[in-house]
Amino acid sequence: MAEESLTIALVGNPNTGKSTVFNGLTGLRQKIANYPGVTVERKVGFTTIDEQSYKVIDLPGTYSLNYKKIDERITYQTLIGEYEHEEAPDVVMIVADSSNLDRNLFLATQVMDLGLPCMLVLNMQDVADDKGINIDPASIEDTLGIPVLAVSAKYKKDIEKLKEAISAKRYSIPEALRWTPGKNLRIAIDVVIDKWIKPFSSLPERAHIIEALRLISDNHLSEAFYEYENEDFGQKVVDEARFLIENEGGNPIAAEVLFRYDFINECTRDSVRQEDEDRKSISDRIDEIVTHKVFGPVIFLLVLLVMFQSIFTWATPFMDMIDLVFVETGNWLASNLPSGVLTSLLVDGVVAGLGGVVIFLPQILFLFLFIYVLEGTGYMARAAFVMDGFMTKVGLHGRSVVPLMSGFACAIPGIMATRNIENWRDRIITIMVLPFMACSARLPVYALLIAAFIPDDRVFWFIDLQGITFFGLYLFGIVMAILAAIVMNQFFAKTESSPFIMELPSYKMPKWSVVFQNTFERGKVFVTEAGKIIIAISIVLWFLASYPKVDIPDSVITDTTTTESSFNPQDDPDAYQLKNSYAGKFGNFIEPAIEPLGFDWKIGIGLITSFAAREVMVGTLNTIYSIQESGDEVVTLKQKLINDKNLETGQPVYSTATAISLMIFFALAMQCMSTIAIVRRETNSWKWPAAMFFYMTTLAYLCSLAAYQIGSNL
Amino acid sequence: MPKLLSDKKKPGSCKVVNIQGEQASRLLEMGITPGIELKIIRTAPLGFPIEIKIRGYLLSLRESEARCILIED
Repeated sequence: MAEESLTIALVGNPNTGKSTVFNGLTGLRQKIANYPGVTVERKVGFTTIDEQSYKVIDLPGTYSLNYKKIDERITYQTLIGEYEHEEAPDVVMIVADSSNLDRNLFLATQVMDLGLPCMLVLNMQDVADDKGINIDPASIEDTLGIPVLAVSAKYKKDIEKLKEAISAKRYSIPEALRWTPGKNLRIAIDVVIDKWIKPFSSLPERAHIIEALRLISDNHLSEAFYEYENEDFGQKVVDEARFLIENEGGNPIAAEVLFRYDFINECTRDSVRQEDEDRKSISDRIDEIVTHKVFGPVIFLLVLLVMFQSIFTWATPFMDMIDLVFVETGNWLASNLPSGVLTSLLVDGVVAGLGGVVIFLPQILFLFLFIYVLEGTGYMARAAFVMDGFMTKVGLHGRSVVPLMSGFACAIPGIMATRNIENWRDRIITIMVLPFMACSARLPVYALLIAAFIPDDRVFWFIDLQGITFFGLYLFGIVMAILAAIVMNQFFAKTESSPFIMELPSYKMPKWSVVFQNTFERGKVFVTEAGKIIIAISIVLWFLASYPKVDIPDSVITDTTTTESSFNPQDDPDAYQLKNSYAGKFGNFIEPAIEPLGFDWKIGIGLITSFAAREVMVGTLNTIYSIQESGDEVVTLKQKLINDKNLETGQPVYSTATAISLMIFFALAMQCMSTIAIVRRETNSWKWPAAMFFYMTTLAYLCSLAAYQIGSNL
Repeated sequence: MPKLLSDKKKPGSCKVVNIQGEQASRLLEMGITPGIELKIIRTAPLGFPIEIKIRGYLLSLRESEARCILIED
């Protein structure tokens, strides 16, 4: 059946240019989603070669099939056809880095044991050439017994070579155990397969050798058996197999690896020639500066500084433009459609919600453009190396620095950037503390409150109290993130070890098509997956702020809780509506709870509506204080806040203590539905966003309480 | 006299004698096998991680991983 699509799986170590091969083969016909139930990304693309259609799966990069991490397990399970009832691939394309052949061939020999049709792609020939490594593919092909192709996948003509090879069916089923394990290891494998795997496991036959080896070498054997009833018997069989190896003078954990590397040495001895091994390459020279004990961190901080300044500078005009487009669209719809529930839903719910999603795109795209360039050049691994010592002190990872710093612009791209952290524990801690970094949405709130309530007394030279408060809020966020990371690390410490065996790939020019495509995919994933949740919450918030509908009374009434005795609902129906909506009622309802923090019902409403985005607080206060839109609205709002007095006591509603308490609340509370949505997407569960919401908001409450109580009693 | 890689911090070459401990399996798979030549390139600002060259490629190891590797000069 020629029309039936064939599946090609790409498998290989990280940093082998697998993505370049994948992009070369599939072009723009790709789909990226999460593997069901886990957070590992699944890339699938499609291509047609000589009228045969192919589905290409780019498997997560892995060093071994003896899986220790979730993404490695997925690679293994997909290959053996045990992942989510997916068939095993028809062709396995093993992609190896030619400049680093020994370690890459290790995985190759493992994949060969699966008995699937294979071909080996020796990629990055150009890098190998630069390093003075000469490879003879024909000789490797002889030793391995599967077709071998030497290419540089960044060149179009080499991708064509790959396509021709696929079309000509240049792949073959390798001979099992080509790497010739020693006699006793060989017997040990058979013992485990015959006595345990065949009778008791449902694994397909192709997986038997690898599974047997995994059981023999596993440090944590009990975990491998936990799902079986007769685990004791399984343990006995494996012990028997291990005894055989120990009898031969071998170590069960190392035996397989050593035999494989012996075979690899045989493979590369005659076919790989390295000239002048100790010659210092350009890469080494760059590293001498970039990973220098003193210059290294300095350079890294400079890179970050340039990166974030650029993101701010470049993203702002786009964000303003998007904002304008959505506001204008909303206005246009409002004035051209008959006023009513549907129009209100469309304008204030859907369009506003959509705007809330799209507004993040410029920052996400620019951040990822930078990240993929830095990743593509190989610098990211160096940054992690340089920073790891500092970051592990606070329970984080060298790779946490960039996502955390991105949090200063916006938590959303920052959380998406944690994908660079391979270890799940480090990644989840980074995600959980990241929203403490003072994002740009907090700026308008800080700016308003500081301007209104913090005197601009000169402290030192050009530095005043307002500036110090501003700086203090940023510092406060960082300190809280560090403290939270230290505490969370205690919870995780026992459950999962966190290896940092990290390769430092050679520097190279990033592959631009990969950079742009990956950046584009990030944006797409955000809009499609987080966007859904953000729009849904926007509509809920719209409902809370717009219902129940109230009739505007004819007579002038005096609201006892506001000083504005001249307040006239006819003049400002919006404010009247908001005050009487569910959100308004809820603001009143929670007033007793937030009173000890120094907040009143007006701030209460703001706390609810600002869940859409923190800066909405300012808009909400504007509406409540009935401020007509004008250029000076911040100045006006500032005056209104200062003038607002409690009618019963005659005291100002807002004191400096209130302002500080509110700023602390905004620094700490999880007041951002988009962050919740993206955490849901990146952790693939509601558990983490829920935990984040409760722990951050509780912390915010307690800190604000302490700040207000201490502040107002001074 | 074999010693732990974590105790040798000066750049330079040494020979791997054995791999032990929790991370042994991963270190072996990465090509750090007994008998192979290993070169310490440099250490990070706070002393760890260290950067080593093995089988022609660069690898960074934290202290806990370096402690799994027995070497001799």
